[in-house]
Amino acid sequence: MRHIISILIENEAGALSRVSGLFSARAFNIESLTVAPTEDASLSRMTIVSTGSDEVIEQITKQLNKLIDVVKVVDLSEAAHIERELMLVKVRAAGKDREEMKRIADIFRGRIIDVTDSTYVIELTGNGSKLDAFLEAIDRALILETVRTGVSGIGRGDRILKV
Amino acid sequence: MQLTGAEIVIRCLQEEKVEYVFGYPGGSVLYIYDELFKQDKFKHVLVRHEQAAVHAADAYSRSSNKIGVCMVTSGPGVTNAVTGIATAHMDSVPMVIISGQVPTAYIGQDAFQECDTVGITRPCVKHNFLVKDVRDLAITLKKAFYIAKTGRPGPVLVDIPKDITNQKCEFEYPKAIAMRSYNPVVKGHSGQIKKAVQMLLEAKRPMIYAGGGVILSDAAEKLAKLARTLGYPVTNTLMGLGGYPATDKQSLGMLGMHGTYEANMAMQNCDVLIAVGARFDDRVIGNPVHFAEIPRKIIHIDIDPSSISKRVKVDVPIVGNLPDVLDELQKLLEASAGVPDPKALAAWWKQIDEWRGKKSLKYRQGKDVIMPQYVVEKLYEVTGGEAFVTSDVGQHQMWAAQYYKFDKPRRWINSGGLGTMGVGLPYAMGVRFANPKATVACITGEASIQMNIQELSTAKQFRLPIKIINLNNRYLGMVRQWQQMFHGNRYAESYVDALPDFVKLAESYGHVGMKIERPADVEPALREAFTKHKNDLVFMDFLTDQTANVYPMVAAGKGLSEMILAEEL
Repeated sequence: MRHIISILIENEAGALSRVSGLFSARAFNIESLTVAPTEDASLSRMTIVSTGSDEVIEQITKQLNKLIDVVKVVDLSEAAHIERELMLVKVRAAGKDREEMKRIADIFRGRIIDVTDSTYVIELTGNGSKLDAFLEAIDRALILETVRTGVSGIGRGDRILKV
Repeated sequence: MQLTGAEIVIRCLQEEKVEYVFGYPGGSVLYIYDELFKQDKFKHVLVRHEQAAVHAADAYSRSSNKIGVCMVTSGPGVTNAVTGIATAHMDSVPMVIISGQVPTAYIGQDAFQECDTVGITRPCVKHNFLVKDVRDLAITLKKAFYIAKTGRPGPVLVDIPKDITNQKCEFEYPKAIAMRSYNPVVKGHSGQIKKAVQMLLEAKRPMIYAGGGVILSDAAEKLAKLARTLGYPVTNTLMGLGGYPATDKQSLGMLGMHGTYEANMAMQNCDVLIAVGARFDDRVIGNPVHFAEIPRKIIHIDIDPSSISKRVKVDVPIVGNLPDVLDELQKLLEASAGVPDPKALAAWWKQIDEWRGKKSLKYRQGKDVIMPQYVVEKLYEVTGGEAFVTSDVGQHQMWAAQYYKFDKPRRWINSGGLGTMGVGLPYAMGVRFANPKATVACITGEASIQMNIQELSTAKQFRLPIKIINLNNRYLGMVRQWQQMFHGNRYAESYVDALPDFVKLAESYGHVGMKIERPADVEPALREAFTKHKNDLVFMDFLTDQTANVYPMVAAGKGLSEMILAEEL
């Protein structure tokens, strides 16, 4: 099953490699991994999307907790949560495609953030399946480049991950 | 007071009451060695290869529960040390490794003797640090010692660039340390402990399975008390030998791939199993699917939550420091109105005695060729079971574990997890430094001993009267055994040709050498070594049976009760 694991980790050099090294050393899956400092610059927050049986996910959280720099670990997917991913797509937008591309971007609540004679860069946020759906909806041949951030997640309501 | 980084390193080691640093100097640790030279609060042991420095520090720790410390230079100093660090890591040994690094400004420039120490060692340490500011040095070393010995112990490496050791700052050694990201659990969950007591009292076919955690946490006495209160059988893992007295009637000996028949059968057939500081690894329970075929309730006490339910599903997990948890368990047990079912227990012991009747460790010693098992048995007799025994890795290691009966913890020193050949001699050195009056024997083979043979030189320099028991069968014995059993007798590269004359070799280092070829000479030679040559290092080269195999054996992938016994062949 797919799980979203959130981690608070000391913002030290090498913290990311400790986590990614753990996943490769123990043959755990990583679908995506995002990391950036929090409002408290001494801490980083990491969101990892992984798949595995309940036993594997239990091991993942235990092994993460064992890392000396890790302050807290939460499996967000255990309860209500929100996940978002940001995608930037550069598409060919010339002639008849120009209007159509704008229309589909609007439907997906995307924003066009860069425009040239022949290209758009469209910014889109949502969960992973929405981003996939957008890519499906446009003509594949027009996609010049895509970049996705990977999933960020947060618990709903009173579920708070903080020191 | 303003001190240089090098002075700070020395002061920190003194503050930690370090007695010995095992190491090897080099370019990037020169400032540190210069300060080391100027002090006499702790001693430095110069080894002949960095790997041996780490092994010696490791055994110093295993045989004393003090933190082993070693120091190596950057680049090859570190890479040579990696095997030692990984060995300690796999067996959860508390150690601090100080490594030199190229100057800060050179890092990443492919400088002379540069390597990414923190990157290379990351997967085989409990934690590591790169010190980038001299002002962080003291607190980092304090953290290193704290992390190494608390929670599930392990090696911690501190990498110090050369320029840092020559910069000055104000020195104050922190008295205590608090880390928001690291707070190991001590006390076990009371509700779980209550459940465990209930489960233990309801058992019909109980079993206590004790691992290396008992030794590491100094819980042997508490375990023995619990076992005696309950009257239940106890088996020890390879790492747990000595955690429960092997000569006690409740002891079933070692379990696992080369465990006794009774230990493996009882483990497989019990209905309530309490695992104490053990981790159900592949060499212990064999095939986990086969192990799960017989339903049993499992209680698992361990300091490391990730060890619980990793390979075997557990019913009552208890995370905590063993002595604390065992204390609470004992208290609840004594306060409880219930007692173990005497009828069921008697029937269970009757069954176990039947299994014992198989005498799975028996072997035949003839007149002509020395059996390796016989040497270990005689060593046990001659040393009165009181020696510290180190081993290398292979058949001799298993025979040592099977035939030397350890009654006390921290007497059996071997590489259980990583299975590192070459540890035996440096281990024996570390043991002797930690226990300066102890009798120390290193049971090894002609292949393993050659992996760190250069340490005969260190042993001479420090006058370490180690007795090396070389079980010389001219084969990589365990490899040969597997090739015989599973690879159609094709002995690919397992015959060791062109062996040195070990007697002359030992003598050339200034030690005593002995060659023993006949069974009748085994005991007299051992007596001579341990009495006449009490204060010498004696290299005893025993020419042993070339085809002896280790039995019982649970083949890889097989179930625990599917043992191959010597008599079946």
